[in-house]
Order: sequence, then structure tokens, then C-alpha cells
Amino acid sequence: MMEWLTRPWPWYVAGPLFGLAVPVLLLLGNRAFGISSNFRHICAACLPRRAAFFRYDWWKVGGWNLVFAAGILVGGVLGGWIFGNPDPVAISSQTTADLQALGVQDFSGLHPRDLFSWSELLGLRGLLLVVVGGFLVGFGTAYGGGCTSGHGISGLASFQLPSLLAVISFFAAGILSTYFLLPLIL
Amino acid sequence: MSSSPHTTLRRLLPFFLVGVAFGFTLVKGEVVSWFRIQEMFRLQGFHMYGVFMTAVPTAALSLLLIRRLGLRDEAGEPLDLPPKEMGTGARYVIGGGLFGVGWALTGACPGPFLALTGAGVTVMAAAIASAVVGTWIYGLLRHRLPH
Repeated sequence: MMEWLTRPWPWYVAGPLFGLAVPVLLLLGNRAFGISSNFRHICAACLPRRAAFFRYDWWKVGGWNLVFAAGILVGGVLGGWIFGNPDPVAISSQTTADLQALGVQDFSGLHPRDLFSWSELLGLRGLLLVVVGGFLVGFGTAYGGGCTSGHGISGLASFQLPSLLAVISFFAAGILSTYFLLPLIL
Repeated sequence: MSSSPHTTLRRLLPFFLVGVAFGFTLVKGEVVSWFRIQEMFRLQGFHMYGVFMTAVPTAALSLLLIRRLGLRDEAGEPLDLPPKEMGTGARYVIGGGLFGVGWALTGACPGPFLALTGAGVTVMAAAIASAVVGTWIYGLLRHRLPH
């Protein structure tokens, strides 16, 4: 039992569990699975003199989703910390070699600590990866109307063409950035 | 909506628990890992594609079943996902593309931002704050952007 809690799960276990989020949230109250809306709800909740995009009853519309998001954070504490996997992530040897060639040295955790730490934020590299990257995630998901969950799972599962377009664009831009932009930053 | 704190809590607790299970699975499935995202964008491993290729059919089949059974919520509305408007499609290409760049830079999308912060990669809290700012800027520029 303990081993099952600490060991990483294969894709054929994790994937179907993610998929079940869609029916479970529908059954719990007809809610559409999608995480990036929470950025909008936070803006609607916190900002004074809001733009029209943020003028709605954020608690009524998004209260459940903010609570769901808080749950994800706690799930992260349980999965990554309390029942954390002590071994490095078992990526392909080709990826390891490519990343080593880019100067990544720490392969021990979920994210490389030599790139993602508070002290790195003081430098240009950390600023680009975390702050600019985070900004683009927020701007892009708001503009594009969803992220990996809202378009990638909910949208594709309900056969929505806009979501297919968005997912193709996610991957095209992600692959291009990985090969051409990331080497300039790392 | 008039409801006591007690009923509000009872109503929201299930969403919290599903969130905990979801966050736990994000970490255990290694979907939160920058290394897995690198492997995915470099097309060097099957793991992440396997996750998507099982998640989407699971959700799709569940949705078809829910529609077939004609399930409804308390207000009598059918349980279903809202349709997305195509418009010119520009928002999906440009917005989706900008998100893709951010996904590659941070190695994470919104769910993993949260799970990673909990899992000890606390610097991801800065990515969350930055994403909120990004969403806010979009809200301000919205009327000038093609949709």
C-alpha cells in the first residue's frame, strides 16, 4: 500500500483518473472541468475598478473551482511531499542527454532545482522561465479560453472544434519554444 | 443565494476532495514534472501522450453515458459542458500559442502550478501570481484583440 502511494503511476492509471474529473464534476453540480478560469476568478475577486471581463459574481460562478484549486494544492502536498517519490523522474535517456547538453545538472526532483528556485528568480533566466512563462500561461489561457484541462480534456472529450484548434496550437508553440527558445534562455 | 456557512461547506467539500485526488494524481502521474514536459515537447517519450490518449476517451465516454442517461442537475438542466464559440478562431490559435510558449518555459500548466507549489517547488507560487497578472492584462486589452 505504501509503495503504491509513493511510487509514480503509469500513464494508463493517471490518464483515466484525469478523464474521470469531467463526469465527477458534472455529477457534483453540473460544473465544467477547467482550471485556468481560476485566474479570472481571482482577478474578479481582488481587483478594484474591474474591466468588464471581470465584472461578474465570482463566488457564485467560480467559488467551487477556487475550492477545487485549493484541493489540487493540498493534493500536491500529499503526493509530492508526504508520499513523495524519492527517485528521479524516469524520462528517456535521449531527453536526459539533451537536457544535460543544455546545462541542466539536477535531475533529482520533479522540477530541476538549478532552474526553478527563489534565488534563480533574481536572475534573467529564472525571471524568463517563471515570471514571463507564468504571465504567458495566464494571458494565453484567458485569451484562448482554456488550458490543458478545459480545452485538452473537457473540450476534446465533447468534440469541440475550437478546442482541437487550441490544442494543436498549444503543442505547436510548445514544441517550437522547446527547440528554439529554450536553448537561448538556458 | 441564501445559505448558512454550514450548507456552503457541505456543498463545497466534495469539490475540495476531488481537487485533492486530482492534485495527487497530477504528482503521481508525473504530469507536473518539467522533465516529463520536456520529454513530451521533444517527442522522445510516450508517457504524456499516453496520459492524454486515455484521459480524453475516458471523459468522452463518460459524457456520452451521462447524455444517454439524460442526467439533470437540481435546477433541471441537463448535465453537459458549455459549447465554445468558434468566432474567427484567432483566439484559439494566438491565445493557445501564447499558452504553449508559457507551458514550455515553466514546464507546467495551471493545474501543475498549484500541485507543484504544494509539492515543494514553491517558486511556482510566483508563476501563479504572474499568471493572474497575465489574465488581468488580457481583461484590459480584450476589446482590442481579435477573437
